[in-house]
Amino acid sequence: MRDLAKEILEVLEENARATPGEIATLVGLSAEEVGGEIKRLEDAGVIRKYMTMINWEKVDNGYVYAIVELKVSLHRDKGYDAIADRISRFSEVQSVRLISGDHDISFTVRGKSMKDVAFFVTEKIATLEGVESTCTHFVLKSYKEHGVILYDRAQPKRLVVTA
Amino acid sequence: MTHSDIGAGKRRLAMEKPALWRPDSHLSTTVRDMPPSGIRKFFDIVVGMEDVISLGVGEPDFPTPWHIREACIYSLEGGHTSYTSNKGLIELREILAESAREDLGLDYDPEEEVLITTGVSEAVDLAFRATLNPGDEVIVPQPCYVAYVPDVLLAGGVPRPVATRLSQEFKLRPEDFQDEIGDRTKALVLSYPNNPTGAVMTREDLEEIADLVVEKDLLVISDEVYDKLTYDGKHASFAQLEGMRERTVLLNGLSKSCAMTGWRVGYALGDPAIVGAMTKVHQYTMLCAPTMAQVAAIEALRRGEAEVMAMKREYDRRRRLFVSELERLGLPCFEPKGAFYAFPSIVGTGLSSEEFAEQLLKEQKVAAVPGNAFGESGEGFIRCSYATSREEILEAVDRIERFLADLAA
Repeated sequence: MRDLAKEILEVLEENARATPGEIATLVGLSAEEVGGEIKRLEDAGVIRKYMTMINWEKVDNGYVYAIVELKVSLHRDKGYDAIADRISRFSEVQSVRLISGDHDISFTVRGKSMKDVAFFVTEKIATLEGVESTCTHFVLKSYKEHGVILYDRAQPKRLVVTA
Repeated sequence: MTHSDIGAGKRRLAMEKPALWRPDSHLSTTVRDMPPSGIRKFFDIVVGMEDVISLGVGEPDFPTPWHIREACIYSLEGGHTSYTSNKGLIELREILAESAREDLGLDYDPEEEVLITTGVSEAVDLAFRATLNPGDEVIVPQPCYVAYVPDVLLAGGVPRPVATRLSQEFKLRPEDFQDEIGDRTKALVLSYPNNPTGAVMTREDLEEIADLVVEKDLLVISDEVYDKLTYDGKHASFAQLEGMRERTVLLNGLSKSCAMTGWRVGYALGDPAIVGAMTKVHQYTMLCAPTMAQVAAIEALRRGEAEVMAMKREYDRRRRLFVSELERLGLPCFEPKGAFYAFPSIVGTGLSSEEFAEQLLKEQKVAAVPGNAFGESGEGFIRCSYATSREEILEAVDRIERFLADLAA
């Protein structure tokens, strides 16, 4: 049994600019059917946003990133969701996750400079009620993001004609 | 020493020199008379050409999934570099027997009925050498992979090519080969999903030829290396038909499904008498398949399923894209149901397959393989592999479009 929604999502995940007509050819449906299914997936919140993946390291005045881990103490009527929500609302914060292990919450933050990021963490995050400690790891180099390898690699050669 | 002594020495040397050495006269006549592969010529033209887009390659464009390569590297670090049993690693044979049970519902004994070979190519060669006596005939439905006919010849057999037709979606029909079967006909080759046509044979299609196979007491040598790349429905093997398991040598490998062409891992499943005979030839010629490749194959079969399916889904997308583009160009093409080839007809251009492929390569730098490389019945077609990126497929289609426009002008 084919899962058409999944097949459409696979194409879109790889290329957000694929048009319904192009996707239709690839999965063997009509453009209308694909358009309808995409609309349904958007409405259901499965598709949240169409994005461009940018390697900011290749852009002058790019960004500084840090991964920040938090230990959190919980209060009677405030769970992890509540503190995660407070962190998520900052536009500097790119992703927020509840994690297992030594820390409770991990988030990534993006700023213009290390100072920028450091002040954000100490002023906005460390001071939040329930945050017991923070541990900030600045990203020195990014090798792979969203399934895409960012560094240049030599491609092995294939023969041009084989049986 | 006098001058005359030196002269005598020279004469003596000249007399000892044997009659003119002609290496040609020491060649096997079978090999000498064997035509080179029809794709050889294209290698020569392609050398030194820049910016060629290739639709000519019979292998995946994906590298072998990293976890498989990594498992092999790890085993090399551990020093697993000695021979394996002639039959191959028992662990691998057991996994293959288990897959046959799951995928085909067939039981094979890993001890007696499974042989690991150096690619399916070796398994094909072994099957012929283990079963043919000089003069025995083999029915070879064409268009097909280029090695069957030469391998039959090398085994001392006589190939009997039979044509499959576009009108029958390149499936083998009983009427295609019943008149070709004589007293010396011993075996039938099946290769579905098919290289170069992309044809598949369903269980019903296979059932239609089974009666004739039994009536004429033929052995079936079934090359199913593209089995995982079947796009509509499930792959069917001749060995699954009632009573046909013993009559079939099932050949397969990991090259296409797991993107492992260069590793050379294939296998044969079949009756102990035939697999045993193949093992005998294998033991005296190959000894065993490469150990590191067998280790990689174990990893591929144990944990490769997700990547195999992801590659298959991508081939399926490319297949739809390419066939719809060929349709747009007006090149009639049967919709391939398996493997990763399209086989459009180029009869409408007035060119032969070779002329078309050669001019296309020289003028637009697109490499495809002329259909007649896969047998006479492939004349009028070209084989285009869509195991290349969608961007390259679209660029190739643009170039073919320009080529057709120039032809028409």
